[in-house]
Parts: sequence; C-alpha cells; structure tokens
Amino acid sequence: MKGKCFAEACVKLLFTAMGLVVCMPVFFVVTGSVMGSYDLEACLAPVFREGKGFVGWKLIPDYPTVEHYVRLLFKTPQFFVLFWNSIRMTVLILAGQLLVGVPAAWAFAVYQVRGSRILFGLYIVLMLMPFQVTMLSSYLVLNRLSLLNTQLAVILPAVFSTFPIFLTYGGFREIPAELFEAARIDGAGELYIFLRIGLPLGKGGMLSGLVLGFLEYWNMLEQPLAFLENQALWPLSLYLPQISWMQAGFAFGASVIMLLPAVFIFVIGQDYLEQGIVYAGLKG
Amino acid sequence: MRRRWRFTQRSSAIYRRKRRAFAGFLFGSLSGVTVFVLLPFLDVIRRSFTTAVTGDFVGWENYRRIFDNQAFRLAVQNTLRFTGVCIPLLVVVGLVVALPLSRIRETELIKSLYLFPLALPTATVVIVWRMFFYEADFQSLVVSYLWRNLGYTVVLWTAGIKSIPWDILEAAKVDGASALQSLFRIELPNLKGSFYTIVVLSFLNSFKIYREAYLVAGAYPKQEIYLLQHLFNNWFVNLELDKMAAAAVCVGGVLFFGIMLLQYFWDRER
Repeated sequence: MKGKCFAEACVKLLFTAMGLVVCMPVFFVVTGSVMGSYDLEACLAPVFREGKGFVGWKLIPDYPTVEHYVRLLFKTPQFFVLFWNSIRMTVLILAGQLLVGVPAAWAFAVYQVRGSRILFGLYIVLMLMPFQVTMLSSYLVLNRLSLLNTQLAVILPAVFSTFPIFLTYGGFREIPAELFEAARIDGAGELYIFLRIGLPLGKGGMLSGLVLGFLEYWNMLEQPLAFLENQALWPLSLYLPQISWMQAGFAFGASVIMLLPAVFIFVIGQDYLEQGIVYAGLKG
Repeated sequence: MRRRWRFTQRSSAIYRRKRRAFAGFLFGSLSGVTVFVLLPFLDVIRRSFTTAVTGDFVGWENYRRIFDNQAFRLAVQNTLRFTGVCIPLLVVVGLVVALPLSRIRETELIKSLYLFPLALPTATVVIVWRMFFYEADFQSLVVSYLWRNLGYTVVLWTAGIKSIPWDILEAAKVDGASALQSLFRIELPNLKGSFYTIVVLSFLNSFKIYREAYLVAGAYPKQEIYLLQHLFNNWFVNLELDKMAAAAVCVGGVLFFGIMLLQYFWDRER
C-alpha cells in the first residue's frame, strides 16, 4: 500500500512539473511586462535583430518597473477603444447565441419528430465546417446586407454558429424525460416546461457554452481580419501582434491585460469548461 | 378496438403538439442559419460555375483552374500533412498522459494546468512564440498545436477511462489478466467513443492553427506552412472570388463526405 502511495506521488509530481512547463508562456509574458525597456532590449535583441541564437531571460527582473502599464493605462486611449471592442463583440455574440441557440438546443434535446434527426445532422456538419469554407458565403450575405466593415459583420454570423447548441444540448439531455411527461400530464404548456424545468436544470450546459464561447471569441482572428477594414473597429486579438518587438514591454503589458479576463473566466468557469468539453463529445 | 383508436388519436395529438413545439423552438436558429449559411452557400455553388467579374457561365473551368493552380496544390498538401501529423500525435500523447492520470486521485490542479493554454489568446502568446520559434516552420506549428489542444484531449480521455465499468476491470484482474492485457483488451476497445470525439474536436481545432501561423509569419509564410487557410484569405483579399467559390465547394464537399463517413461508423458503434 505504501509503495502504491509513493508511486502515485511520483506520477503526480512528474505531471505537475510537465504542466508547469506547459504554462511557461504566461510566465514570460508576466515577467516581460515588468522588465525595463533596456533589459528587454538586451534579452530579445539576439533573436529579433540578428534572427539567431536564443533569448536570455531573467527569472526575476533586476529592476522591476510598471512603466509599461502606466503608458498603457494613462497614455494610450486607443488601447481602451480596442479593449472595449473586444468586450462588446464577445458579449453581444454570447448574448445572441443564448437567445437563439438555447431554444434550438432544447428543440433537439426534447422533441424527436420526423425530420429532426436530419436537421441535427445538418447542424453537426455546419459545426464542423471551418471558417474558410463559409467565408465567401458570409461575405456575400454581409455584402448584400451592407454590413461589411461594421462590427455586426463579425457578430451576426457568430450568433448563428451551431457549436454552442451542442454544449447546451448535452446539458438538456441529462434531464430525465419523465419530468417533462409528468409536467405535461399536469397540464403544463411546452413553453412553461422549457422556462420552468429546462432552463433551471439545463444551466450547466449553457454555462459550459458561455465559458468555451468566451475563450473562443476573445481570441477570434479570422472573422475580424476578413470583414473589418477599419482598425478602430478591431478587437485586441488582431491589434496586439502588430506591436513591434522594439516596444516589447508595451506588448507584454497589453498581453497581460488581455489575458486577465480570459484567465478570470477560466478560473471561475473551470468546472463548466471541463463539463462542456465532455458535452461536446456527446452525440445522438 | 375502440380503445386502440382512441389511443392513436391521443398520441397523434401529442405528436402534433411536439412537432409544433419543435418548430417553434428551432425557428430563430434555423432561419438565421438559412439566411447566413445555407442560402449564401447555394450562391457560392452557383458562382463556382461562373466568372468572377461578368458572371458568365463557364462550366467546370474554375475547378480546372484551381486544380492546375500550384498554390492550391501546395496548400492542400501542407494542410493534409499538418492534420495527418498533428491529429494522430495529439491523440496518442493525450492518451499517454491520461492513462496514468486517470489512476491517481485529486487531479483537478494538474488538469487545469494542461487546460490553461486553451484560455490564452493567441495574440498574447505570439510574442513568446516569436522568441522561441522565430522561423515559424512546420515543427513550430505542430508544437504550438499540441500545446494548445493537449488539455481537452486529456480531459476527454480521462472522462472516457473513468466511465469504463469498474467491475469489468476488476473481474479481468481476478481472472489473472495483466495490466497490458486489460489495456488492450478492455480499456482501448471501450474507448472508441472517446476516440471519435477527440478526432472530431481536434480536427475542428486544427484549422485554427492559422491564427498562430498568420500572427507569427503573416499572409505569405515559408512554403512548408502555406496552408489552405492562407490561400483562402489571400484569394479573398485579391477578390478572386471565382477560385474561392470552387475551392470552398471542393473543401466543403470533402469535409461533408468525411463527416458522413465518421457518423456512419459512429452510429454502427452504438
């Protein structure tokens, strides 16, 4: 028994160590954001200027500084515009997905009628189509609705994405169907069953969809790159990589600020995230 | 006899009610999908047979042109190579991590560490990628794909392993099966469902590698990582919509066929 405990501790230690290695990039971003410009220049120059060798890095900067944050937060109003763009687009997409996708997931989870399986199959196919395949079709319809180069061009197609429907569906499928039958016998209408039984009991699936959706849309690149020409409309995810390495400290600081909401959601939504991943795998 | 008649009468009333509810709940989503995806995709199919500017019917000309196009061939090749290398690698590495992990307790923290990259926006780690992979070649894409996607693969494998009935494994042990035997004879066959899921999700995410590739190396990277995603984007920027339409129909068609095949195997499994 004792040997087993020891082996378990070893395995745990090994995997934790590997996990910490996996999380290393965050460490670089955070330490980089408090390093002085001079230090950064010294660390990064071999790679970025000469294109060879390795970056040197200090575990703890010699002279920690908040200069980059001060510059970001007090001297760069554009940064707030982009940050706000990211927030607005992400929130509107998620709200729209809830409004449209939750009833759709409910329809698939509860009502097996003729044709519902075929439609479900269609939704699976649409879920798996990469953005590039539907890019031209989105462009055509957005062009016709004269929505190009407005944030709605990014928001509207995403609202009708079928991916979150499958997460929500997974949550609804876990509710025992006898509950609905019992409610029907008691004379409850279908809308009442959805609002009073479905929504409260299927919360898990919806929250999973929100958590995964937030991480996805906070990180979106393809859609704004294709449909937004005006840089003032861009989300942070598109703007950040444009900062040159000469301003590395500024870029690291901006990265940290962009990380914060995602990490926050990750930490509070951890359980739903894991559950959502498992739901995404349920089918039929 | 009469009783039976009344029964069908009643059940068909219930059926009608269900059908109405189904339509009502799905209406918003289905009309959005129709307007934003289905109808315009029909238009794309039509356009794939016409010229971009004048809209004249040209038959299979656009298809012939993309298959003769060097960039298209290169992109298809690279994309196939990338998915062909990454997905098996991810599936195996995920399983290798998940097998020991599912046998120990209190793994929440460890799983969080592996999932964490999923939460990190590509834009925030690009600068770190540039520090390590300033070349942006094939290997660096594979590494960053594994890095981002390993977490959920481990979660899915672990969930699958945990759902194998414990008594089967115990019975095998009592009958004298070795650890290796029970892995290959019991655990892996029971994990087929998880396997399909992981393959589908990792495929879905393999297209998002474009974010790393584009942010590190721009619209025209090294030849070996010029992917279909780059090509579509460049055609889009140059407004070569006829080629794009033909390519979208081809790629969409191949994927559709692949998904149908997968669903067929999946359903047969059940």
